[in-house]
Amino acid sequence: MGKTIDFTEKELDEISSYKNIWVFIEQTGGVAHPVSFELLTKARELAKQLDCQVGSVAIGRSVSHLADDVFRFGADKFYIVEDEIFKDYRTEPFRDTLSDLVRKFKPEIFLIGATTQGRDLSGTVATELKTGLTADTTKQEIDPETGMLLMTRPTFGGSLMATIICPKHRPQMSTVRPGVFKAIPVEHPEKGEIIRGKTDLTEDKIVKKILKKVVSSEGNINLGFYDVIVAGGKGMGSKDHFNMIKELAELLGGTWAGSRKAVESGYAPQSRQVGQTGQTVHAKLYIACGISGAIQHLVGMQTSAVIISVNTDQNAPIFDVSTYCIVEDAIRFIPKLIGELKKQKLTAVSYEH
Amino acid sequence: MHALVFIKQVPDASQVRVNYETGTIIREGVPAILNPFEAHAVEEAVRLRSKYGGKVTVLTMGPPQATEALKECLSRGADKAYLLSNRIFAGSDTLATSYALFEGAKKIIELEGEVDLFFAGKQAIDGDTAQTGPGIATRFDIPLVTYLIKLDEVDFEEKRAVATRLTEFGQETLQVPLPAFFTVEETLNELSHSPLPWLIKAARAKFEKLSGENVKLDSEQCGLKHSPTRVKKAFTPEKRQRGETLTGSTEELVFKTSDILMPFLKKDLQHGQND
Ligand SMILES: Cc1cc2nc3c(=O)[nH]c(=O)nc-3n(C[C@H](O)[C@H](O)[C@H](O)COP(=O)(O)OP(=O)(O)OC[C@H]3O[C@@H](n4cnc5c(N)ncnc54)[C@H](O)[C@@H]3O)c2cc1C
Repeated sequence: MGKTIDFTEKELDEISSYKNIWVFIEQTGGVAHPVSFELLTKARELAKQLDCQVGSVAIGRSVSHLADDVFRFGADKFYIVEDEIFKDYRTEPFRDTLSDLVRKFKPEIFLIGATTQGRDLSGTVATELKTGLTADTTKQEIDPETGMLLMTRPTFGGSLMATIICPKHRPQMSTVRPGVFKAIPVEHPEKGEIIRGKTDLTEDKIVKKILKKVVSSEGNINLGFYDVIVAGGKGMGSKDHFNMIKELAELLGGTWAGSRKAVESGYAPQSRQVGQTGQTVHAKLYIACGISGAIQHLVGMQTSAVIISVNTDQNAPIFDVSTYCIVEDAIRFIPKLIGELKKQKLTAVSYEH
Repeated sequence: MHALVFIKQVPDASQVRVNYETGTIIREGVPAILNPFEAHAVEEAVRLRSKYGGKVTVLTMGPPQATEALKECLSRGADKAYLLSNRIFAGSDTLATSYALFEGAKKIIELEGEVDLFFAGKQAIDGDTAQTGPGIATRFDIPLVTYLIKLDEVDFEEKRAVATRLTEFGQETLQVPLPAFFTVEETLNELSHSPLPWLIKAARAKFEKLSGENVKLDSEQCGLKHSPTRVKKAFTPEKRQRGETLTGSTEELVFKTSDILMPFLKKDLQHGQND
């Protein structure tokens, strides 16, 4: 560390032939995953520093209609490959098509959402391109001295942070979890350029076939969307008691979530789990009820602005990251709090009328 | 049937130390365990063997100490365990790791015969990258099925498998020709208890060694020096400070908390009225 990296003339030539920042626009059935817009917002900020453009790329049966949104969130260009064979996501055809686009247009940086699809895809594309890939980054900056992308990510379940660089290979690839960055539309969006590509692939050349798709009844919830999250843990004691978690969340205009033990106990579905093996949130307000605060939970929520915790154990580690610590039995305390908030709400409404 | 399971010995996350010189993790001296996802991968392979016959081989890349995890795989029923070790691997990132494991796997195919199913965990709990499996599959140019939750059907005559995986929105069931590469979820199966003979076998086990001597390795693709990514800096995350502990009777605490929550309640009301 602190060592400078030496480049040969040839390496420098190679590197400088790559320009611009790309974002993969993940979509399913023509609906874009919100992480795509979060990444576009980040890409815009990085592009300003590098004085380059933001490109976006989508592959699917029909993706052209995403152009307006893509430009609204700051893309200058939108690369599209549309074909019936891309109706459903499959690793191999997406990998090959995306790798070809990268070889052709040579982006310097390539950002992909760390979703199930993005993680499946990014590892194969990076191997195909023989370049570096940094997974699950939580921070992206440009090194003002070298112009390299500094990618920071948690490892060892969050006990260690590492800043990774990819000095000699391009593109510098990384994935980012949904909810890490905020999606902010540009004030005066301009109509960007659409570039259409083609594929030589045909269905008979693809060996993988999708037989069945089941959309889970719980659906897919993106916790990162919400400013307010009320989460319950094992300490809530039962699935019934989770109703108060839901009610409090609703009162505050937010949504509800759970720890892994809450999920394992059947109090909450996996799709609402916060933490290392669940989702990462950066809420304005996170209320943790009956959650001990294991490191694997903390990495998913500790960047929230205000954290309020209710726990019977005054030494629970969750308090070490909390703005307000309430040493109480949540099962008794939360209903009382809900009662009081409802009263406040009523008064507030009657005032305004 | 021949299943090859890629496994990783991971340090116990709570006892991590860092080499600040290289920005890499010091694995020596830290208690090591078999990556939990890979216990399930071995379990699945062993279940296939009890149904169809054949054998289960496991492979890991790591220092000579990485044999503890291999032992556990043998006690879980694997037939043979290979350790791929070489100084030149030190500091490998995921691209260099998938290269080394790819070469190691090719050697195993040469020694043990064709592989029908490749398995690995969906990710390792130390690095959490989920890249090595997809990397190896790409190098072999075989179909990849990540986040496997069920192997519905394996047909060795037709050489194909039907598998169910998790997606962002639920599940999907795929058909792939064999050989194929699967990375597995913990929910794929429940771990069985090891019968005594397996435990005895594991305790007495000898491991097959692979290294630069018997595996053809391109040193230009190995180790820290030939890894595209570098750790520039490793640091412990900034700790938040414990904030205010609210005091008073339960009723007082309710009022105090409700005051703190007022801005959020009001905002919600405004929303309601604008709609
Ligand atoms: C590889 C790995 C990945 C993991 N990923 C995640 C993850 O993504 N997310 C996650 O959350 N965990 C994860 N975990 C699990 C994590 O280590 C903890 O086990 C888990 O977070 C604990 O959940 P909990 O706080 O609900 O339960 P517990 O640790 O059992 O804590 C319950 C808490 O409730 C309190 N309590 C009890 N009764 C009451 C009451 N009446 N009122 C108020 N408080 C009460 C107790 O004092 C205690 O602090 C992971 C673990 C591993 C090994």
